[in-house]
Amino acid sequence: MFVFSSKDLLQLNLTRMSAEEEYPDLSQHNNHMAKFLTLDMYKELRGRATSSGFTLEGLIQTGVDNPGHPFIMTVGCVAGDEETYEVFKELLDPVIEDRHGGYKPSDKHKTDLNPANLKGGDDLDPNYVLSSRVRTGRSIRGFCLPPHCSRGERRAVEKLSIEALDSLSGDLKGKYYALKNMTDAEQQQLIDDHFLFDKPVSPLLLASGMARDWPDARGIWHNDNKTFLVWVNEEDHLRVISMQKGGNMKEVFNRFCTGLTKIETLFKDRGHAFMWNEHLGYVLTCPSNLGTGLRAGVHVKLPNMSKHAKFEEVLKRLRLQKRGTGGVDTAAVGGVFDISNADRLGFSEVELVQMVVDGVRLLVDMEKKLEKGQSIDDLMPAQK
Amino acid sequence: MPFGNTHNKLKMNYSSEQEYPDLSKHNNHMAKVLTPEMYANLRDKETPSGFTLDDVIQTGVDNPGHPFIMTVGCVAGDEETYEVFKDLMDPVIEDRHGGYKPSDKHKTDLNADNLQGGDDLDPNYVLSSRVRTGRSIRGFCLPPHCSRGERRAIENLSIESLDSLDGDLKGKYYALKNMTDEEQQQLIDDHFLFDKPVSPLLLASGMARDWPDGRGIWHNDNKTFLVWVNEEDHLRVISMQKGGNMREVFTRFCTGLTKIESLFKDRGHEFMWNEHLGYVLTCPSNLGTGLRAGVHVKLPNVSKHEKFGEILKKLRLQKRGTGGVDTAAVGGVFDISNADRLGFSEVELVQMVVDGVNLLVDMEKRLEGGDSIDDLMPEQK
Repeated sequence: MFVFSSKDLLQLNLTRMSAEEEYPDLSQHNNHMAKFLTLDMYKELRGRATSSGFTLEGLIQTGVDNPGHPFIMTVGCVAGDEETYEVFKELLDPVIEDRHGGYKPSDKHKTDLNPANLKGGDDLDPNYVLSSRVRTGRSIRGFCLPPHCSRGERRAVEKLSIEALDSLSGDLKGKYYALKNMTDAEQQQLIDDHFLFDKPVSPLLLASGMARDWPDARGIWHNDNKTFLVWVNEEDHLRVISMQKGGNMKEVFNRFCTGLTKIETLFKDRGHAFMWNEHLGYVLTCPSNLGTGLRAGVHVKLPNMSKHAKFEEVLKRLRLQKRGTGGVDTAAVGGVFDISNADRLGFSEVELVQMVVDGVRLLVDMEKKLEKGQSIDDLMPAQK
Repeated sequence: MPFGNTHNKLKMNYSSEQEYPDLSKHNNHMAKVLTPEMYANLRDKETPSGFTLDDVIQTGVDNPGHPFIMTVGCVAGDEETYEVFKDLMDPVIEDRHGGYKPSDKHKTDLNADNLQGGDDLDPNYVLSSRVRTGRSIRGFCLPPHCSRGERRAIENLSIESLDSLDGDLKGKYYALKNMTDEEQQQLIDDHFLFDKPVSPLLLASGMARDWPDGRGIWHNDNKTFLVWVNEEDHLRVISMQKGGNMREVFTRFCTGLTKIESLFKDRGHEFMWNEHLGYVLTCPSNLGTGLRAGVHVKLPNVSKHEKFGEILKKLRLQKRGTGGVDTAAVGGVFDISNADRLGFSEVELVQMVVDGVNLLVDMEKRLEGGDSIDDLMPEQK
């Protein structure tokens, strides 16, 4: 039986043309990969592959095809498997450092999924905070990641997930909905409820190969209350989401931690660990999601605050990020913003959710002041 | 593809059943033909340049079917694809090309003198005439699989060769990456330029990688002879002009194409061709002549006639919208072209278009006058 050797593939790549002839044109580009991939680095890395056959070209294709994003600086590279971060260290270390606020190759990442350590967070003003949500991703060790996995691997990940999730009980008891069996109407309803993931039209997703074979082995699991959801085989093997209307972030985070810990145990029972190491924390497809992979956010009404000259500066100091209410790649509608933590790596889960809780409380206070025509100068925060 | 997610080494740890794509909702040629047994036999094969079965079929797995036209659902990554994956490609070709058998031979005829008539399609109805084909340059991988270096080499070779054309064919190359958005949009509106890559068929097969690197359009000063570089094929060669003088369009087409072939040969490069498949192109639907000869023609009455589809079928013609494949007709104006590519020569196909469009215009005039067209109904060609 013929088994593709990554050496053979490299040989094919290398015998095609020289490095100079193959080096991508990054002159119009503005993403993290383009900042660091010099010709010399390209020369060095093009001769490598991970043991599953993932090469430099696979890593960078999305960044070559997508020069830059209007709202946010994209990463421009993805991992095809756990080893990618080791084999292509020379490129990924500076990308990680640049993206994650100076995180060094020698740094250690801390994990804290104990919700008791969160202070407050149960009383964000529901007149302003319409909904609260925490998400993260998890990768299952031993399988290739979405840009590179085969159909068989993807289906195996789906099967394992269904088995594990089916054993959740109590408030977390739920059901799996395979994308391929959903009607268009069901699917659209779930998207409008902010439960389901996008049909793959994002150029970032398409260029990296993550949309191959859609909708095969993709699906969504959620509990009966629709407050705890798991996406299977979108941009990561698993995305775990806890959400509800209103401003009780504490409750959302409690459920998040409880559910996540249970799921990890259920996978371990079946012989599968999550990809994790003490330097990078949880290993995910996009380098921007390393560490906690955590995005805790709210949909909050800030029509006045968002027009203030210092809105961006305030967000920066609070280490928060704004998006439109359709998620990344969308615009704000009706003065309602998605506000979430900007960091993923180098802070624990509890620390990040704390930043969101404290930051959003401040933003709402500012909004109220501006509504009354008052100044917010005295509320300006220090850089966190 | 060079970025090899179809070279995933772990996939051979899974059985063929576990890897076989779900084609239950699919309606394309590949899906009709690719049984689990065939998948099992072909899954561990690759061409010398490393193109795998999963590379061949990815576009067809990702795109179950097209509303206007039955898509092929597979592509070639290099010349050898058609040999190494014969078991899949032969039945796809047979199904797509009207029963063309593995033992059949294809005839090439690029002598415009052999065309009868064609210089007087009524310009009150026939707004424009166009002939296009594709060519692949032997020794390079095709657009789904080529590397950036290969693509750039093809571009360089093309620029060198085209720059030596003269007379009526003298022209200039415009690299996509140097064009302004306005220039680009103008060329698209003039029907000169190829689409920005949003077509799901293109995207899924890897043909859009590194866009717009190595892509461009060459055209003569009159804008009647154009070459697209590195879109769906290495080269697409197009002759076009307003009005109904298809003969002139075809003559320029043959002259230009023959000159280009010589220029490439002078530089040590042939076109991919063999006596069974004719000219070898990326999509199996374009094998043989790779030729689409068509007109934009006003048929507001005929197009509403209940037998319109049937007439086209008998004439071996195909309709599209005026934006090309994947678009709808606007204002009763249709793009009418030959449906065949393989098994007929270039002259034969253009003849079908000339004769067929003449008939359709006659029918249109009859219907305008409120008369019947029953006596004009054609035989099956």
